[in-house]
Amino acid sequence: MTDNSIILPVIAHLFTAVLLIFFWRKVRIQQAVSVAGNILILGFSIGLFIKTWRAGYLTMQAGDWQAPFGITFVSDVFSSTMILLAGIAGLAVSIYSTVGISRHRIQYGYFPIFHFLLLGLNGAFLTGDIFNLYVWFEVIIISSFVLMTLGGRKPQVEGAIKYVTLNLLASVMFLTAVAILYGLTGSLNMADLSLKMAKIENRGLVNITGLLFFLGFGIKSAVFPLYFWLPSSYHTPPSAIAAVFGGLLTKVGVYALLRVFTLIFIPDEFTATMFTIVATATLLTGAFGAFIKRNIRKLFSYLIVCHIGFLIGGLGMHTSEALAGTVFYLIHDIIVKTNIFLAAGIMYKISGTTNMDKLGGLYADYPKLSLLVAVVLFSMVGIPPLSGFWPKIWLFDAAFSTDTWYLLIAMIIASFITLFVIARLWSDAFWKTRPVQEVPPTDDFSAMSWYRRSLLVTPVLVLAAVSLYIGFGAEHIARLSERIATDLKDTAPYIKAVLGREIVNF
Amino acid sequence: MELLLIILIGVLYATGIFMMLRRSMVKLLIGLILLGNGANMLIFVLGGITTGKPPIIGESEKILSGIYADPIPQSLILTAIVISFGLQAFAIVLLKRVYVLIETDDLNDLTTPETDI
Amino acid sequence: MKSVILRTASNYLLPLLLLFSVFILVRGHYSPGGGFVGGLMASIAFVLHAFANKLENTRKLLRYPPGAFIPVGLAIALLSGLAPVFIGKPFLTALWFSTPVPIIGLVGTPLFFDIGVFFVVIGITLSILFNISENIL
Repeated sequence: MTDNSIILPVIAHLFTAVLLIFFWRKVRIQQAVSVAGNILILGFSIGLFIKTWRAGYLTMQAGDWQAPFGITFVSDVFSSTMILLAGIAGLAVSIYSTVGISRHRIQYGYFPIFHFLLLGLNGAFLTGDIFNLYVWFEVIIISSFVLMTLGGRKPQVEGAIKYVTLNLLASVMFLTAVAILYGLTGSLNMADLSLKMAKIENRGLVNITGLLFFLGFGIKSAVFPLYFWLPSSYHTPPSAIAAVFGGLLTKVGVYALLRVFTLIFIPDEFTATMFTIVATATLLTGAFGAFIKRNIRKLFSYLIVCHIGFLIGGLGMHTSEALAGTVFYLIHDIIVKTNIFLAAGIMYKISGTTNMDKLGGLYADYPKLSLLVAVVLFSMVGIPPLSGFWPKIWLFDAAFSTDTWYLLIAMIIASFITLFVIARLWSDAFWKTRPVQEVPPTDDFSAMSWYRRSLLVTPVLVLAAVSLYIGFGAEHIARLSERIATDLKDTAPYIKAVLGREIVNF
Repeated sequence: MELLLIILIGVLYATGIFMMLRRSMVKLLIGLILLGNGANMLIFVLGGITTGKPPIIGESEKILSGIYADPIPQSLILTAIVISFGLQAFAIVLLKRVYVLIETDDLNDLTTPETDI
Repeated sequence: MKSVILRTASNYLLPLLLLFSVFILVRGHYSPGGGFVGGLMASIAFVLHAFANKLENTRKLLRYPPGAFIPVGLAIALLSGLAPVFIGKPFLTALWFSTPVPIIGLVGTPLFFDIGVFFVVIGITLSILFNISENIL
């Protein structure tokens, strides 16, 4: 017996996307259908989360082919949390897109592709099969390629070339790793692989396979030597698209790393050290990159890279505390990174630029909106008691207890530089008076009707409320993260849920 | 047979990476295609090569009999081929578009000054 | 293309190739074949027609833009996957009618899934090829 409600978030996205293709070129209907679909899916995600929280593990054997032969969909607390976050971010971006994405782009199929992207994300979170994970990753990158190039302006397609090439390379690496894994074990089911990999005697080969996975997922999640595609492409598409990329796309790479390196490959000393060193380099390079950028969206792109370092570092330390911190940081990061790009989009609508040298005076013109953006920005920095603060305590503490002092120093430096660049951004864009320009920019934002403006601001407001909840209700999120970390450390129940005869069903 | 295929895979990966490091966009595309083919061949070899029948159940039988090939690598390769077909079609159109906009094949010329979005 | 032979032949080849692609589609479950290969064959038939008789005529022959096949195919595939959910089986479980249909053989949800794939493949391949050839030629 299996539980079909697991894949409702996936099927509902596919259904919405198909429905949207039928309404090709009908902009109004597409906007309404997309928002309605996302509300429905958020409902399903909440339902799935509650159900999984109660049951622990839910499984579904697609096509009724029993594991390890068929493709298993597994929902544990970690994946259902990710689905929930993707649902929240998806709804916010969808509402924002109704105004933020031009008519022209919607007519070329923005909304269906957006739903295919979310479909791929949800599938990747739920699958329990390594090759199926590859397929979902391909769904994600194909959709992201289209979103990246939609509109086809010159900087966009130039950024897309770098993005497409590196992501295709990452896919090939991933596929190579899957091939070697299949050659080693003859299985593709992750729970089955977990059992079989432990028995393989040639540990060198296992480690090499693990590193190939790290290479593949590392390119996607933008870690130190592999991140250069991200800052040179993420600032090119419209804000709504950059928001969903920045919030979810790199994080699905981190999710896959967390999954693979807790279930299939348990990091030995060498791998763990490599993770912490890569994390250190990611933190520092990302932070220094953000330091010198004057364009807000480029700055945010480097901050994405920088904050991936916290996540990889937590994975490298691999204690329960570090994993709990990583998961907490992941939850916080998805919401906040989505939100800052949406906020940057509103700032662009107001000033017609994202260059800090040309920005200014936003606080004088829009005090309430500015305070909202301040909440978002300083949540990212992690000023206590806002959301970024709590996971860092865990990560710092874990770094103390595991004696990875270099990572600790890098995390502190990265936090300070984040604080500095955000403070500078605040004073430049909001407090400074607007520099005099020959052609004063037109304010698209105040020219809009009240209704359209509220469609832009509401998503930012909702996401800010969620990140405030993460900050002030930290004990709930902490309990959630600790439970996820326990699940990640102790994989026996996961394996039993997938392979065992007595499948949990409520 | 295996040795020959393994050498071929090595050559495909090496030439693929080499082509990707060229400055021409068309060579970049060729490199991606070669890499994808190399990965498919790798699945094929690592899945184990058997000199047997294809994994198709005969009309009068209920289960596979005799020596037959492992169907999983074949289905994996088929999936990977379909995916790379789509990706390569996209990449060709993208490169064409870039060529129309920038009028060069040289990747070093992708230097449109940063504009505000 | 100006060859009279090709143009004349393609008029006869198109229905034959389409018939063959449907044959490949239907035999697909237990024998080599299936929706993907069938769809590719069908789209190649149209491409051949376009080579011989110019693209506009092929578009006219198709009547709908090739992109319109995509959502139809996706919907068929999705519904065939959803059908077993209503009787409490997991998503994508194969359900078969007990009595075989003459010529076609056993009919079940996998066949409908393959038909969906068939349409999606035709739609996507023709969209890609028509677009590329219109922009380049």
